[in-house]
Amino acid sequence: MRYEAPDSLEGAVALLAGAQGETRVLAGGTDLLVQMRADVLDPDLIVDIKKIKETRSITEERGGWRIGAAVTGAELKEHPRLKQAWPGVVEAANLIGSTQVQGRATLGGNLCNGSPAADSVPALIAAGAVATLAGPRGKRDLPVEDVMLGPRQLALQKGEMVASFLLPTRPARSSDAYLRFIPRTEMDIAVVGAGVSLTVDGAGIVTAARVSLGAVAPRVLLVSEAAQAIVGSRLDAAAQERLEAAARAACRPIDDKRGTIEFRIQVAGVLARRAALIALDRARSN
Amino acid sequence: MAKHHIEATVNGDAVEFLCETEETLLDVLRDTLSLTGSKEGCSSGDCGACSVMLDGRLVCSCLVLGCEVGGRKIDTIEGLAKGETLHPLQKEFLQHAALQCGICTPGFLVAGKALLERNLNPTETEVRYWLAGNLCRCTGYDKIVSAVMDTAAAMRKG
Amino acid sequence: MAETNGHSQANGQHYVGTRTIRPDGVDKVTGRARFGADFNLPGQLIGRVLRSPHPHARIVSIDTSKAEALPGVKAVVTRADFADQPSEFIPAGEMMMNYKDVVRNVMAREKALYEGHPVAAVAATSVAIARRALKLIDVKYEVLPHVIDVVEAMRPDAPLLHDDLFTVGVEPRPDKPSNIAKRVEIKLGDVEAGFKKADLVIEREFKTAPVHQGYIEPHAALATVSEDGSTELWTTTQGHFIVRAHCARLLGLDIGRVRVTATEIGGGFGGKTVVYLEPLAIALSKKAKRPVKMVMSREEVFKASGPTSGATVRVKMGATRDGKFVAAAAELKYQAGAFQGSPVQPGVMCAYAPYDIENVHVIGYDVVSNRPKVAAYRAPGAPISEYAVESVVDEIAKKLGLDPIELRMMNAAHEGTKAAYGPKFGPIGLEETLNSIKKTEHWNTPLRKWQGRGVASGFWFNIGGETSVSLTVNEDGTISLVAGTPDIGGLRASLAAVVADELGVPYDKVRPIIGDTGSLGFNFLTGGSRSTFSGSMAIVEAAKQIKADLCARACKLWEAKPDQVEWKDGAVRPLGALAEKVKPMTVVDFAKVAGKTGGPIGGVGRINAQGAGPSFGTHLVDLEVDPETGRTTILRYTVAQDAGKALHPAYVEGQYQGGAVQGIGWALNEEYIYGSDGKLQNAGFLDYRMPVASDVPMIDTILVEVGNPKHPYGVRGVGETPIVPPLGAIANAMENATGIRFTELPMSPPKVLKALTEKGLNKA
Repeated sequence: MRYEAPDSLEGAVALLAGAQGETRVLAGGTDLLVQMRADVLDPDLIVDIKKIKETRSITEERGGWRIGAAVTGAELKEHPRLKQAWPGVVEAANLIGSTQVQGRATLGGNLCNGSPAADSVPALIAAGAVATLAGPRGKRDLPVEDVMLGPRQLALQKGEMVASFLLPTRPARSSDAYLRFIPRTEMDIAVVGAGVSLTVDGAGIVTAARVSLGAVAPRVLLVSEAAQAIVGSRLDAAAQERLEAAARAACRPIDDKRGTIEFRIQVAGVLARRAALIALDRARSN
Repeated sequence: MAKHHIEATVNGDAVEFLCETEETLLDVLRDTLSLTGSKEGCSSGDCGACSVMLDGRLVCSCLVLGCEVGGRKIDTIEGLAKGETLHPLQKEFLQHAALQCGICTPGFLVAGKALLERNLNPTETEVRYWLAGNLCRCTGYDKIVSAVMDTAAAMRKG
Repeated sequence: MAETNGHSQANGQHYVGTRTIRPDGVDKVTGRARFGADFNLPGQLIGRVLRSPHPHARIVSIDTSKAEALPGVKAVVTRADFADQPSEFIPAGEMMMNYKDVVRNVMAREKALYEGHPVAAVAATSVAIARRALKLIDVKYEVLPHVIDVVEAMRPDAPLLHDDLFTVGVEPRPDKPSNIAKRVEIKLGDVEAGFKKADLVIEREFKTAPVHQGYIEPHAALATVSEDGSTELWTTTQGHFIVRAHCARLLGLDIGRVRVTATEIGGGFGGKTVVYLEPLAIALSKKAKRPVKMVMSREEVFKASGPTSGATVRVKMGATRDGKFVAAAAELKYQAGAFQGSPVQPGVMCAYAPYDIENVHVIGYDVVSNRPKVAAYRAPGAPISEYAVESVVDEIAKKLGLDPIELRMMNAAHEGTKAAYGPKFGPIGLEETLNSIKKTEHWNTPLRKWQGRGVASGFWFNIGGETSVSLTVNEDGTISLVAGTPDIGGLRASLAAVVADELGVPYDKVRPIIGDTGSLGFNFLTGGSRSTFSGSMAIVEAAKQIKADLCARACKLWEAKPDQVEWKDGAVRPLGALAEKVKPMTVVDFAKVAGKTGGPIGGVGRINAQGAGPSFGTHLVDLEVDPETGRTTILRYTVAQDAGKALHPAYVEGQYQGGAVQGIGWALNEEYIYGSDGKLQNAGFLDYRMPVASDVPMIDTILVEVGNPKHPYGVRGVGETPIVPPLGAIANAMENATGIRFTELPMSPPKVLKALTEKGLNKA
């Protein structure tokens, strides 16, 4: 098993493009190493991207935030201003696993592991985040909701890797929130995840919204009907009910050891509503 | 496939070792460097018994490859005490009887120390959530949490 | 009350009952203590096990030739390397086992009976080679239909695991084999007549899933066998003398030639009272002529080491309108896993033990199915049956409009009560635990909507058993204690305190170790809540010998007669006129003149400890349910339990707290999840959901001490009772919070939400 740690995007891309056998990108390793130990994966080549500057930085860009694919959840939490702008994204990344896991896990890895239950992905999608991919033909941008196509299925082509994410600029009185349902208080994989990002105007009316649901379909969903249900409202009781119904209607979950179909559908509605109310509360004070 | 030659710092000492790509830092610590204080409970990052500090960051050593730590600074349970002087956390754990079988104790001590380095005044809830990645099956966590809170209080007094 | 004469220092200080620092503590907080996987020998090989991927299959053939030919592989073993064992039942902790089954569980013979069943093992020079070698072993299976559920397994047309298993305990003896290994029964009075007298009869059926002991340290063993068959073994175990016996038996060795060291143990809870890797490591080492080290992965621990039974339990109780229990019946169906031996017998015994009921009839069935063979888990069998009983007791209280503590008080077993399973209780502390719960601020704190409060009592009978210890006075007056029951939770602290008080020496001058099997007489394993109870009893015996010896030496030195000297308060003291001539002599004084007065000073305690007293407990829990998601949060928890005498209060509290939290996990989230393919889906800590620190609050403890008159200090075992009440207490609290009686564990969110939604209650 080969291990390479290139210090440039071009170097990484060249390795990925030229690799013959099974290849994996290593950022935090909190999924990769577990799968290797469980004999689910036996890569021929591991490409560690943590030496590449672009994957490790958090910078402001044109009013938005560019976050490297290999920035850890803990680093996101410690950044002085990111949490204020995007509390939902930061809290989502910091729900992954434990304190120890958050010390290593990254947004890039969480997305590219290809699990529809990934905690940070609904928050990124609700935020309208765009992934910047680096590949043999150069860079290209892809909305995060278009990156994961299904379980362990990504829209990346051979030689491509996620280099960074751009969280967009947005008006005042905007905020986001992420909630997940797990049976314990920590450590579980999300049974349902809900990310909501919204903007309100001075009168308290929701002028824009994005709602994303995780763990209720083969991929993380961007539910436009759920957003439409609350735009133009004050998130009153009727709007909340419409939101819940739209969230439930979008679910196509499975029965598995973590939850039943009916449970996931029901709770998806509840969490979408709760996340929207938290986002609203945060947006009002922003 | 040649092994990787790695130089790093462990508990303040310069070390060098050879490792295969698939060996984790935990494997290296236990089997190559004979530092068996970090324990293997699950190999999947779910129990925290292998907790170490990597460049000042609390991590599971079973989730780090040996070949990733070249040039890095690693702190394990073996480095907590200074000579014969136990760290206040170690003393409080003993006073509180915050261990029964003791297998999870190294992980909890490393994690607890990491918390107190960031926050010397944690609430009980903050302690519990910080330590949620450390499983204990014997104590029910009560005395562990008390020990960490009392250590924080003692360290605040200076 | 227990005799306390002679149990203190010359200065009147006691260590027993105080919070001393455990002698093995520094090593445990520095990472120096060596657990099973921390031992290594030069030249050792790594052993790995090939396990059946099928839950039920005939093993047609095993071809290991390619594996044996792989460079780096030094030995391979299969069923061919283990002689068959005739059927023989022997005690295994508080359960029974049969060597015929043990040899088959350690290495499959005719059939693979569960996914994970060992089929072969290899020893190689590296982990990588061992893993590759396993892939080269060619096993031909004839896959058979499997059965997982206990009720399914009892059906006459169920897939049959053993064609030589005929139900014991039914008349006439069946002529067809089945999966029902045993039927057990206890009877007191006449339940039919009793039910006729009842004003209220409640009958309910309950279901529980298998749960694992969940010790954080996986099984590990290191074996080295010499050319003359002498075997040394290091293993993480609750009973190294038992391991020695099993390995000697399975491998045809003299017991005296096998020397087993119990490493520090990272949790057991009953699950490390049996052998898995040890016979394999020894067999491999014998073939390879090198030491062999074997460690289980977490997945192997879940798939191939015993959880406790899942069960179906039917309970029927009758009470008069003022709350007197007049009849109690139950039928317990416990899964044993692939081989017989579920804890259904103790489950039957404990079901109604907390109550004084004239008419009792409990039947139990031990049923095999295609799951790993169950092993003991902390009060084996009792949490399940008592969950069912305590739930019905709670329902009786509600229907009769009686306070649940008052109802239990009214019916509580007390001194003189004849338990349905046989004995008459001596002094016991159940009423004290109920009273102390009633007095707590916890009990008297008001609750809000969606919060509920539950109470339940529980019992474990505890055991004594064969115990050997050795006490030695060193030349400088320090004391070496060698005990033989592995220390799984702070035992050495308690034992050192007893030694210190018995011999009148400072606590830190006593050094206790757990000796290997070559250093002591036989010790039964650490289990049955016996190690502190029996160990301290044996120490008292050993100390008696030393005291008598020192008195005799004093007589020599002082030219006195035996009635002129006595041991008191840490010294041999001259009596009467002699006191004007000579000064008292302490252990330290005698140590200096040991050689001159007859030689080394020491004593042994070799006993079969009798008189173990039962420990009763009552738990109180508050919880809150989120009606929109079915998630439960434990808000507050109080444990009151009778310890007889707490030799070390902090470690007794620790047992109460640890058992309570295991019970919380069992009640709310832990379960073995099987697919229809008979394979375990959650063989890891991610999806086998044990409580984490943020899941539970502080666990308040009340140490009740109703002394056990049969123990010199009044000690009762405490380790197991704490896991018995939580299931019932939490189920009762759930009913209080939601109005719904949950009869299936775990009460996980999908189940709770479904039940709430069906009643239209799923709104905040």
